[in-house]
Amino acid sequence: MEIWRLPISASQRGKLISAGYTSLSSLSSISSSDLARELKVSETEAMDILKVALHSRGAQTSNASCSIVEGAQSAWDMLHDEESLMHITTSSADLDNILGGGIHCKEVTEIGGVPGIGKTQLGIQIAVNVQIPHDFGGLGGKAIYIDTEGSFMVERAFQIAEACIEDMSEYNRFLRKDFQECKINMKPEDILENIFYFRICSYTEQIALINYLDKFISEHKDVKLVVVDSVTFHFRQDFDDMALRTRVLTGMALKLMNLAKKFSLAVVLLNQATIKHTEGSFQLALALGDSWSHTCTNRIVLYWNGNERYAYIDKSPSLRSASAAYSVTVRGIRNSSSSCKRIKMM
Amino acid sequence: MANKLISEIPLPKSIANVFAARNISTAKEALSLTEFELMELLDVGLTEVRSALSQISEIVAPPYQTALSLMEQRFQKEHLGGHFPTGLKGLDAALCGGIPFGVLTELVGPAGIGKTQLCLKLSLLASLPTNYGGLDGRVIYIDVESKFSSRRLLEIGLRSFPEIFQMKAMAQEMAGRILVLRPTSLSEFTQSLEQIKVSLLQNQVKMLVIDSMAALVSGEHEQGIRRQQTLSWHISFIKSLAEFSRIPVVVTNQVRSHNHDDASRYSFQVQSRDVTMEIPMRYDSHLIAALGIHWAHAVTTRLVLEAKSGQRFIKVAKSPISPPLAFPFHITSSGISLLSDYGMELMGPEINAIHCQGHNEIINFGMEGLQ
Repeated sequence: MEIWRLPISASQRGKLISAGYTSLSSLSSISSSDLARELKVSETEAMDILKVALHSRGAQTSNASCSIVEGAQSAWDMLHDEESLMHITTSSADLDNILGGGIHCKEVTEIGGVPGIGKTQLGIQIAVNVQIPHDFGGLGGKAIYIDTEGSFMVERAFQIAEACIEDMSEYNRFLRKDFQECKINMKPEDILENIFYFRICSYTEQIALINYLDKFISEHKDVKLVVVDSVTFHFRQDFDDMALRTRVLTGMALKLMNLAKKFSLAVVLLNQATIKHTEGSFQLALALGDSWSHTCTNRIVLYWNGNERYAYIDKSPSLRSASAAYSVTVRGIRNSSSSCKRIKMM
Repeated sequence: MANKLISEIPLPKSIANVFAARNISTAKEALSLTEFELMELLDVGLTEVRSALSQISEIVAPPYQTALSLMEQRFQKEHLGGHFPTGLKGLDAALCGGIPFGVLTELVGPAGIGKTQLCLKLSLLASLPTNYGGLDGRVIYIDVESKFSSRRLLEIGLRSFPEIFQMKAMAQEMAGRILVLRPTSLSEFTQSLEQIKVSLLQNQVKMLVIDSMAALVSGEHEQGIRRQQTLSWHISFIKSLAEFSRIPVVVTNQVRSHNHDDASRYSFQVQSRDVTMEIPMRYDSHLIAALGIHWAHAVTTRLVLEAKSGQRFIKVAKSPISPPLAFPFHITSSGISLLSDYGMELMGPEINAIHCQGHNEIINFGMEGLQ
């Protein structure tokens, strides 16, 4: 008896019911002239009734899923959200390709590897790239860099920022041939100013900071990236109670996921490699244990393959398992030189 | 900050009392529990737990700084923006000024290659006044294997900076700034570290050298994982020491031969059986750094000293700023000097390999090195 819920006058309602229209779906396929004839009302009035019915029907279908479970979103609505998902480029086109455009916003991505493979380099590169303005296909956002080991080197960030601005000027020059202003107004100092740097010295501070981030990001709404370098360090020692460690880590991961979704930002966690004894031999694996490997949405492993650095998508809900080569240059992360394609613009 | 007392944090009286009643006195204890656990323990609702946690977290969380202000601060307050020049020009250029402050720099290589020589040279340099490129301060040298030779130190000083060291009073002053500790066991070392932490800032200590880290554990425990766990507290302590005092910390490491316990592949690599992975190691002596992967992550800069075809090289194997370069060097009476300031760039994981080929020279303290 959905007709009862329609915001129409009592007499109109009475007429609809006596004519046999008791549900909204029965009104869906009728034209206004037919309805006017059936109800013995004017056509404008019939049109109004149909309009109201359509409006509440539209509202009801989207409410249908919500009314079943509080806070649920249908997969169809989510698809729309996913298509408008933002990515942060890594400055290596091959790496961006296997990542489906770059590091995803609204998700937590874990990146791990052996010492010296380039985790911090990638972290700094992404912290610079998140600031690429909208005009150049970037997010124009700020970055939070949480340093637990002291690996963040300002001079390197400056170098990478400089190279990024140079690349943008190059791009500008090709695209806007007719404009005189090819120079970008950004300076490396501006980029450094938009990286909020936190130095963590214990796991307590790490937990406290991640709790505090909600408030911090509410006050700095343009933050679009949180990098934790590395999430492992303070959890590898000092913990006698492994079960406690797992609970604390899981709690932390959940909070980060909530942050990512709430503020539509990307969270990148850098992890270390360790040696694990499996299947009778010793293999490399990412640290923090098996339960941790379940908590992150995406997992990328950086490794050496011959003389090249490679990235491998170990875990992702939407991307295929694939590897791509990349290199660490003086300008930052770039495509591997062996897979260089000729740039046709020149 | 982590050990902040709950009583010092401005929480509503009711919840502060409950924390005290349940024996949770530090922020560390409160933050180590999950929200659910706290609810159960304190017998309060979720909103109250959440608001208490967010207040505690806000106080305990460290303040932020923009990367720009960090850079400005470093360049204003610290020597060369936080770098200690080694005097080896090519290396200093690659490292953007020299050995970085506030983090660990590791020297790893086979026995007799020159790690201690380099440590002696660096200690001497650090004690010199700033107009000679030094840090004008004290150096704490932890000499585990009793390799520190003050005679050699003074010889290096005399040859490199004759104008200072020819005057006995000055030589005494400089050498007097280098304090040598000789712990005989890991526990003694631990105690010394704790004392150092207290006196670092008061006593103008500008550099810490630990020669060598690996020797501390080699006598103590079993191999592999156990050894890593033994040192984990020390690694974390030394890093925090370096961090808060903003001094360069140089640590030497030994090498050991590669055995079947050492992993080099991930499970997905084993499955895919990459052909390129099957290149057998063709080194005369296949050596890797001692102390394991956890240590390798903890150091920020790793300098590998090796000998290849009779020529010694110092390679930048891990650095946040430098490309993987190798510089040929030799040992002279004035310490270590590079044969070329233009480093060779090495590709791939080769930079991490440690060679020990054709390395049989004897270091003569009285004469120029044989190269």
